[in-house]
Amino acid sequence: MTITVNGETREVQKSALSAILDELGYADQAVATALNGEFVPAAQREVTSVHPGDRLEVVSPQQGG
Amino acid sequence: MPTFYGSAIDSPLLLGTAQYPSPAVLAESFRRSGAGVATVSVRREAGGSRAGEDFWRLIRGLGVRVLPNTAGCHSAKEAITTAAMARELFDTPWVKLEVIGDTDTLQPDPFGLVEAAGELSRQGFQVFPYTTEDLVLADRLVAAGCEVLMPWGSPIGSGLGLANEYALRTLRARFPEIPLVVDAGIGLPSHALRAMELGYDAVLLNTAVARAGDPPAMAEAMARALEAGRLGRAADPMEPRDMAAPSTPVIGQAFLP
Repeated sequence: MTITVNGETREVQKSALSAILDELGYADQAVATALNGEFVPAAQREVTSVHPGDRLEVVSPQQGG
Repeated sequence: MPTFYGSAIDSPLLLGTAQYPSPAVLAESFRRSGAGVATVSVRREAGGSRAGEDFWRLIRGLGVRVLPNTAGCHSAKEAITTAAMARELFDTPWVKLEVIGDTDTLQPDPFGLVEAAGELSRQGFQVFPYTTEDLVLADRLVAAGCEVLMPWGSPIGSGLGLANEYALRTLRARFPEIPLVVDAGIGLPSHALRAMELGYDAVLLNTAVARAGDPPAMAEAMARALEAGRLGRAADPMEPRDMAAPSTPVIGQAFLP
């Protein structure tokens, strides 16, 4: 299915958020996620289903002021 | 020294982590400033990238508290989601809440700010709101649960210093029990010193250090200025007056008229 990951269109095979993160190469990275603008805690990723057209945000620590 | 949400910090400097020429210069700037808090952020990361982890390891090594921000958010909703992601990544309830209302001045959106501050406080966050110097807005933020206020000195990255000292003094007088931090607009050590003379508890700055020709030296200069301002305030300064008053004793002076 087609979803949007960090603003870019991506094709993914899986449907669970945790599996999609693995598929996209985030497997062992320290990231936080939001799906369609709502925060998804790490503990909820396995039971969170992603649907075609969903918007996924994947973020990590960065410099800030 | 300032206490934020029950945590005593042994420096009045909150230092940003962006725009340094290198990670080594960032670390050295923190060392020489003695800053007790580092502001950080979250950004989109590509799969397979290690940028975020490398940065986080560097910050953890500084031995300071981290204050994640919601920079770049233009609505309460965006800020609330960003804060939640930051809380998970950085494992802290602290959040520097930014809800931007104007892209040219990066002036906070007061309505979105109050909305987000209330919701985040209900969710257990300890909110540090980046706000304007507006008294009524400050009052609403306190009512929404904020136990710290961070009025701007002038726009982020401008280096213009304290543009409205009158309003900053008013905030100090009206909120004697709330820790106040001048956040944004500091360009020179004298600006930081002035904030402390006004009775502020701390200063948050980034660009003034990171974009100086010698960031570690500027970091130390800021720390010393903050200490001078704090000491001067505590020493109970004299009242200014319009007319001269001789400092040299006049009794016994020759040629008295």
